[in-house]
Amino acid sequence: MINIIGLIFISIGLAFDFFGCLGLVRLPDVYCRLQAATKCVTLGTCSILFGTFLIVGFTAAGLKSLLCIIFIILTAPVAAHTIARGAHRAGVKLWKDSIVDKYAEDKEGEA
Amino acid sequence: MKIFRWFIGMIFLVGIVILIIIRPLPFLFYPDLPYIGFLGRALYIIILACILCLYRIWRGPTAADRIVAVDILGIMIVGLCAILTISTGRPWYIDIGIAWALQSFICALALSKYLEGKGFDD
Repeated sequence: MINIIGLIFISIGLAFDFFGCLGLVRLPDVYCRLQAATKCVTLGTCSILFGTFLIVGFTAAGLKSLLCIIFIILTAPVAAHTIARGAHRAGVKLWKDSIVDKYAEDKEGEA
Repeated sequence: MKIFRWFIGMIFLVGIVILIIIRPLPFLFYPDLPYIGFLGRALYIIILACILCLYRIWRGPTAADRIVAVDILGIMIVGLCAILTISTGRPWYIDIGIAWALQSFICALALSKYLEGKGFDD
């Protein structure tokens, strides 16, 4: 029974991974791609690792997969935020139909 | 020309879907594990997602697109290593996953810092 629950978690994770990468290919802008891909792929990979933990059980591999879940949840938003900040400071343009850019207004206020 | 490229992409995607349905990867597994069909098809789906990431690395308009795609590819290969842990029954694949996650995080931080300093000459 717990193996079936683990396989269901792995299926959810696979769906999230695939649609995140589809957004990475399809969306028009760096920031849109970052928003789609980072959130979807983080949740999908954490779901796959949790399914691995449920199937393998309390062995060394299962506990290492729990450790890997904690590590990915802590580091993926940091990496995404740093990439977005670096791209905005390097002068990557927004999409032509974007209507608001709060970070540029904040930089205007600082200068 | 654009219709030609669209046609090649559709042939590629339909071929991968047909492979997923009719033939999971049989040569990576012990033959007596119970979930061979499911995990083989799961490996096909993750490899397809990695190919989409490689497309974005190959044809990103700016450097930031490539950095985003490298970060996402690194996170997804951790999931690939987790599936290989179950399907082959060898527990050291998850060690590869942990090391890959660490290295991908450091790589994304360093590349984005480099990108931030590059356009900072005003």
